[in-house]
Amino acid sequence: MTVLVRGLDVELGGRRVLRSVSMEVEGGSWTAVIGPNGAGKSTLLRAVLGLRDGQGMIAVSGRDVRSMRPRQRARLVAYAPQSPRLPAGMTVFDYALLGRSPYIPHFGRETAHDRSVTAEVLERLDLADLAARTLDQLSGGERQRVVLARALAQQTPVLLLDEPTTALDIGHQQQVMELVDRLRLADGLTVVSTIHDLTLAAQYADRLELLSDGRVAASGPPADVLTRDTIAAHFDANVSVSHDAEGRPLLALERPVRPGEGAAQ
Amino acid sequence: MTSAGPRSRLRGLAARPRRERRARREQRARLRAVQLVVALVALGASILGALLVGAAGLPVSGVLKALADTVPFVHLDSGLSVVEHNVLFELRLPRVLMAALVGGLLAIAGAGYQGVFRNPLADPYLLGAAAGAGVGATLAIVAFSSAPDFAVPVAAFTGAITGVLLAYGLGQVASRGGSGGGGTGTLVLAGVAVANFLSAVQTFLQQANSQQLQRIFAWVLGGVGTADWGQLRMVAPYALIAVVVLLTHGRLLDVLAVGDEEAATLGMSAARVRFLVLLAASLATACAVAVSGLIAFVGIVVPHLVRRLAGGSYRIVLPLSLLVGGAFLELADLVARTVVAPAELPLGVVTAFVGGPFFVLVLRATRRQVDV
Repeated sequence: MTVLVRGLDVELGGRRVLRSVSMEVEGGSWTAVIGPNGAGKSTLLRAVLGLRDGQGMIAVSGRDVRSMRPRQRARLVAYAPQSPRLPAGMTVFDYALLGRSPYIPHFGRETAHDRSVTAEVLERLDLADLAARTLDQLSGGERQRVVLARALAQQTPVLLLDEPTTALDIGHQQQVMELVDRLRLADGLTVVSTIHDLTLAAQYADRLELLSDGRVAASGPPADVLTRDTIAAHFDANVSVSHDAEGRPLLALERPVRPGEGAAQ
Repeated sequence: MTSAGPRSRLRGLAARPRRERRARREQRARLRAVQLVVALVALGASILGALLVGAAGLPVSGVLKALADTVPFVHLDSGLSVVEHNVLFELRLPRVLMAALVGGLLAIAGAGYQGVFRNPLADPYLLGAAAGAGVGATLAIVAFSSAPDFAVPVAAFTGAITGVLLAYGLGQVASRGGSGGGGTGTLVLAGVAVANFLSAVQTFLQQANSQQLQRIFAWVLGGVGTADWGQLRMVAPYALIAVVVLLTHGRLLDVLAVGDEEAATLGMSAARVRFLVLLAASLATACAVAVSGLIAFVGIVVPHLVRRLAGGSYRIVLPLSLLVGGAFLELADLVARTVVAPAELPLGVVTAFVGGPFFVLVLRATRRQVDV
């Protein structure tokens, strides 16, 4: 198990945000954490990053996350936040180079190796031409890739993505998800991402963890988790669920039929 | 994870034509030799200019010869009288060096505070650090009239730290009630409140101890006009420590720019970096205030100029602020002692004339960034 969470309780400001959450993520797989707004998805990621205290066990590659030094942790788990703070005026290269921080001593500086790793990551993400641009000159899709580049430059076995596709159009959503999937397969990365779009989650994730009100309401392969009933129960939404050729669920919102409308046709 | 080794890349880099290599270099914001040289020349020129001008009206060639004479193995007859020689080396030179030192310290302290608070408007003066140092130094003068020399900077340092912590704490408390952190504006407003309060404390202290008034006033309005070698020797060690600590934190302040939480996921302890930089910037402020009184806006004007002209990375902003700050205050002091000659303007008046409008410019630039 590359990422293991057992009986995790997290309190934020006196409110219990996570209640005995357990999750197992196999090495090299993609797990999507889904759930309605405020269910505790981002908190779960932050706990795995060691940014939130709580009761219970969190282990990455068999080691307790909270007993690790920050630098050790940063060499195991990389994180792409939902709304990253992008310092205006910083170049794309310098931003991606920040991902090398866990390898640089406190008063040290980047080595040629750090720079070449960064250059290579930018090349892979098709960002080499933008390397000298500053962050404020990028489009939304480019920004998402740059944040991903910083996380990849950390060269960690585990990648945590918080809503990697928010604010992207459908084409860029697909582009980012494809990219993550390619990198995962090529490098054997373990990916845990929160994601709002359930169909998108079902297309790419091996497993889904449905969080609802701080608890794991369902978990398993997408087809088992995304059923008409669970979605009605936890998202309060009416959807129809069909399946694609691979058996992955496809969701469509259903507009409730109002009295009188049906008869008019 | 990455397959191709670094060596293959490096070989490729060496074979690339020069233009492309330069383009590669521009991807990284680093201090370039050209920038460093330009800043050094600016500082050197301003120091030389300041040495040549003064109330005593020393002959230019005599001053130049006397300066050259101090270089080892060079012997020149300057033709200056003993009095003129003393004016140059006991009055003008310490004053000029002090102006450069104070300007550099205030500017690099401003840059440090700006990095720590991620706020381009942070400044030793606006944050209450300078006023805190003022109270500390005044207390030292008042309470121990026979205090040893080093007591004043130490008291100023304690005051500076207290001032910054008060401003920061007040800013945190004030922004907690509002939506979205408050950020830039709240911290500065809190700093202004703290600075005013501490100035009032200082005024109270000096009025209540009128027998020491002359000593205090000489210090508060001092500028660098009263600088002597003893003062320079007194602050030099503290200044050196502060500058070294600040200069070594450039990269870490760049990491801190992504926010505490993300910096933590990159393996950095934001709290530790913030603490060290805060201490060093306050020490630099205290050094400057302990010998020159209160001089405003240098800490905003200079780092902002450097950012605009040379780049936003703290690896550029910190060292260049030190040099450009020195040049800036040198010029300000030159203006201060010539514009209403034979009288002198307080140095803080000159910097405020430049800094006030500048503050508005920086504020505008900050707002625009936030809006985007």
